[in-house]
Amino acid sequence: MHATELAIAVAARLESLRPAADQSNGFNFPPINTILRWKDVVPGINKVVLIGIAAALIGTVVFLLALRQDGRKAPRGVRNLAEIVVEFVERNIIMETMGRSGLGWTPFLLSMFVFIFICNIPGIIPFIQMPATARMGLPAFRALRFGVVFNATGIKHQGLFGYFKNVLFPPGVPKALYILVTPIELISTLVVRPFSLAVRLFANMLAGHLLLVIFALLTASLIQAQTNQFLLVPVGLLPFALLMFLTAFEILVAFLQAYIFTVLTAVYIGGATHPEH
Amino acid sequence: MEALTRIASAGARAAAAAGEFTAAEAKANAAAQMAGLAYGLAAIGPGVGIGMIFGKAIEAMARQPESAGMVRTTMFLGVAFTEALALIGFVAFILLKFA
Repeated sequence: MHATELAIAVAARLESLRPAADQSNGFNFPPINTILRWKDVVPGINKVVLIGIAAALIGTVVFLLALRQDGRKAPRGVRNLAEIVVEFVERNIIMETMGRSGLGWTPFLLSMFVFIFICNIPGIIPFIQMPATARMGLPAFRALRFGVVFNATGIKHQGLFGYFKNVLFPPGVPKALYILVTPIELISTLVVRPFSLAVRLFANMLAGHLLLVIFALLTASLIQAQTNQFLLVPVGLLPFALLMFLTAFEILVAFLQAYIFTVLTAVYIGGATHPEH
Repeated sequence: MEALTRIASAGARAAAAAGEFTAAEAKANAAAQMAGLAYGLAAIGPGVGIGMIFGKAIEAMARQPESAGMVRTTMFLGVAFTEALALIGFVAFILLKFA
């Protein structure tokens, strides 16, 4: 009986040692708007918009600087970088998906790849730490632009009638099945393709951003914990190690998502250009 | 002991608050509780699928290393399509949880 009373007294004492506001002591995930919604710097322009503008400017300036060098001499500095990127887009994206005839698409796909990558990478740059593609607006308009370009290419190469005939009535399907196939093809080509492109980019970047936020907050709340359990503070190093690993992983994801967005665009455009494949 | 008291006090706070929910709040709470389950279910299929895609791609690359480039591009395409399902589940999670 005495031991129980002692335990209760100790527990009460420990309870009184804790700070009064216990809300600040635990791990509280903030509302999602405080993570993703930024205040306007100028009306209508917030951090995400600034990152988008900066991405467009950086991409343009880097490639314009590279253009100023004499192409017949050995490349130096920024031109090396530009040539690596152009070669990557030509070899690993266009040649693998559209073949030689698709090389005319290099400027379009190159600008798309560079812009998306530079929008993704601020997610891991310290003090910026917000991928511009983690808000739906940017991926949505990228996908909208893809939809316009994709359909316009199909119409240009196959004619209005031929394009919609190929999309809605794919050859080699039994006639009775068109009742089933045509609505599916209509939705999957005109709606699901751009939608899934946008959602894939957006959700990947948002998921990565939330992961980083969760582990950063967990680290902070463990290391700053005012507690009598002396192990709690050093345990904070574990989420910190994972945070470092995830930051490196996010570099890979930022690259991979830009790559996948561009590759899928190339595949779809290639399909619209040559319907028989 | 400390943890137990903390859990108990949190439970009491929740119970005290339970009487004050409007119908809309109760619905939002139920949706938030189901959000994790929804994402978990959405992740099963794509998890299996991505595992199979990578496994088969590694098999193909090991058998024919000279075709590794083509296999890798196709593999990423397949992963992108499969992953989309899990990502739509993740968006559903965000919508249920926060919207």
